[in-house]
Amino acid sequence: MSNDPTLGRRRFLTRAAAALGTAALAGCDQLSQESWFTQLLASAEGVTRAVQRAVIGQALAREYAEADITRNFRANGTTEPQSDEYQALADKDFADWLLEIGGLVERPAKLSLTELRALPARTQITRHDCVEGWSCIGKWAGARLGPILDKVGVKSNARYVVFFCADALDLSGDKYYESIDLAGAYHPQTILAYDMNNAPLTVPHGAPLRLRFERQLGYKMAKYVMRIELVESFAQLGRGKGGYWEDRGYEWYAGI
Amino acid sequence: MMAVSSAPDRLVYRHAAVIRVTHWINVIAMTALLMSGLQIFNAHPALYWGSQSDFDRPLAELGAEQAGNQLKGVTMIAGQSFDTTGFLGASTGTDGTLEARGFPTWATLPSDQWLAMGRRWHFFFAWLFVANGMVYALYTLASGRFRRELVPTGQDLRRIPASIAEHARLRFPKGEEARRYNVLQKLAYLSVAFGVGPLILLAGLTMSPAVDAGLPWLIDLFGGRQSARTIHFICAFALLGFVFVHLAMVLVSGVWNNLRSMVTGWYDIGERHEQ
Repeated sequence: MSNDPTLGRRRFLTRAAAALGTAALAGCDQLSQESWFTQLLASAEGVTRAVQRAVIGQALAREYAEADITRNFRANGTTEPQSDEYQALADKDFADWLLEIGGLVERPAKLSLTELRALPARTQITRHDCVEGWSCIGKWAGARLGPILDKVGVKSNARYVVFFCADALDLSGDKYYESIDLAGAYHPQTILAYDMNNAPLTVPHGAPLRLRFERQLGYKMAKYVMRIELVESFAQLGRGKGGYWEDRGYEWYAGI
Repeated sequence: MMAVSSAPDRLVYRHAAVIRVTHWINVIAMTALLMSGLQIFNAHPALYWGSQSDFDRPLAELGAEQAGNQLKGVTMIAGQSFDTTGFLGASTGTDGTLEARGFPTWATLPSDQWLAMGRRWHFFFAWLFVANGMVYALYTLASGRFRRELVPTGQDLRRIPASIAEHARLRFPKGEEARRYNVLQKLAYLSVAFGVGPLILLAGLTMSPAVDAGLPWLIDLFGGRQSARTIHFICAFALLGFVFVHLAMVLVSGVWNNLRSMVTGWYDIGERHEQ
């Protein structure tokens, strides 16, 4: 032990600071488990959504040049759905696959890939931003969702478009799903993509059909879409938050 | 503990209530933002330049590799790799075993890898940081404090070398001189509050795909979303560097006097001031 009072004080202050820091960290980790606190934190999402919508309106996401396309676009999440049903469809190059559209619509429909390819389409080279932080640029071609919704006739009480997918990301067997609102669905760049970089969508990237919902993060853009349903609320779906990752704590409005 | 005996006529009212309140809110917000930001960074601990991520050639990366049966933390910056096991790339998780993670548990909020919760903290405190910063900026500008106390005068600028020498010798102005910020303080506060602060906010907004659609000039300003992410990261550490220097200066120039002035507003200038 040193007799120098300055040293003693310094050691005391250092230890006190370390102890305070540890306690503060433990406190914050505890707060992350308290529902009142995480709901308070999540209230920021509503502010973000309101402000972003007011500022951006229906503006288009930036479109890039052919030269900007990423050579090794990362495939995230599921890269090959394991279900027998999906495997059987993939074995036949999705010739037997049909996109079901139902829920709150006037005329439920089933569309094959050939029929989808005949619908009003859009091609766009856009940036894909993953919630993890990375970005890749790809060229997408697909049927615009807006005209499809007009074709099936959206009932007046419908508010959201839900995408049901073929893949299960974890051992619980919960299938991937996502939802967007009608304003987002009618955005001109919202497409059901069947081509990526001038070739049919590959299995790692969501064959035969994935949603492109530019202006939001990658997890909104459901891959392996099998069925589309229009709903009034998503309270009855999954754990009620509107998507696979939303049910696991991520924001439904994934604009940032 | 040394007591500070301050004659009333040596005390000057240095910090208005708005400045003190916004200062301490900022301490909380910036701490939460930094630590939750490191949590978010850990979800993909690599930085790139331009619009997109060239996974084979990051600018910097906090990686982990298996060396025999031991995990090794490897920090790569501009092609140079360093073994940073225990701190960066691989460190002890909350379960006590070495795991691959960019920044260690004590630096991230939450401690465990939990991106969704890190994002909740980050965006909540980002709004608090913005609202608080607006109050501070508007008050500082409207009250004339910006021009009077933060913008260096010509005389100030000529004193930069002398002020550097004073700081190096840890000699700080007393009396009349101590009533105002010295030139290095002015430059530091000005560049942080009206430079790095707004810059980190804009760089953060540029990472938002929605904001990029509405305000595409932001993408061009930063040279792409991944550049913006890298600049956001650099700004965060610039602010952390400022905080370290700021705390060191507070310690060596009178910790109790400085703390009191930022709590009560009253600062002891050390010498009787002329009435």
